[in-house]
Amino acid sequence: MNSLVATVLFCIGMVFNVLGCIGLIRLPDLYNRLQAATKCVTLGTCMVLLSAVVELGFGDSAATSVKCLLCLAFILITSPTAAHALARGAHASGVSLWEQSVVDRFEEDGDPGVVRKEE
Amino acid sequence: MTEGVLFQVAALMLLACCAMCLYRIGRGPTPPDRAMAIDILGIVVVCFTVIMALSTGKDYYLNIGIAWAILSFIGVIALAKHLEGRWFDE
Repeated sequence: MNSLVATVLFCIGMVFNVLGCIGLIRLPDLYNRLQAATKCVTLGTCMVLLSAVVELGFGDSAATSVKCLLCLAFILITSPTAAHALARGAHASGVSLWEQSVVDRFEEDGDPGVVRKEE
Repeated sequence: MTEGVLFQVAALMLLACCAMCLYRIGRGPTPPDRAMAIDILGIVVVCFTVIMALSTGKDYYLNIGIAWAILSFIGVIALAKHLEGRWFDE
């Protein structure tokens, strides 16, 4: 790593990755884990990709930088979408919340878009 | 700190992340837990490919990362639709 900015971004990204994965282990139920892991790991990986862009620049290795930016944009768009779809599917299939959770607005308001499994 | 040491430490940290994701895939009490852990594992692997590309200077590792991200996304969306009780074209 030549540039200081790239090194700092890289270290921040790695710390976020590790913290997100620790959240994946430690938190009590599916929705908490989804919350912690998805956001932290997405931010961490995007930071690492951004540090690669800063490090490589747009001179000789512009193709690699553009590839990194493409990957960054893709992860930034698709990872929250996947987490949202997964949480919605889990709620519809009846995965219960942690017993100390205080509110479930999704259940209270109802959701006309969800088709319940008929069994 | 030299560049090589930084990349080695980062690779070890990502190895620990992968181990934690695999723990959740094996242990996970419900199917959505496992699907989520597979998604997170995919993102961690993308991060690993970026580190490989930076440390070796070969940019074809990024192609692996992009392909892995796309496949992981499609798989998780399909699993989520299945959990919700819908077909894939609804």
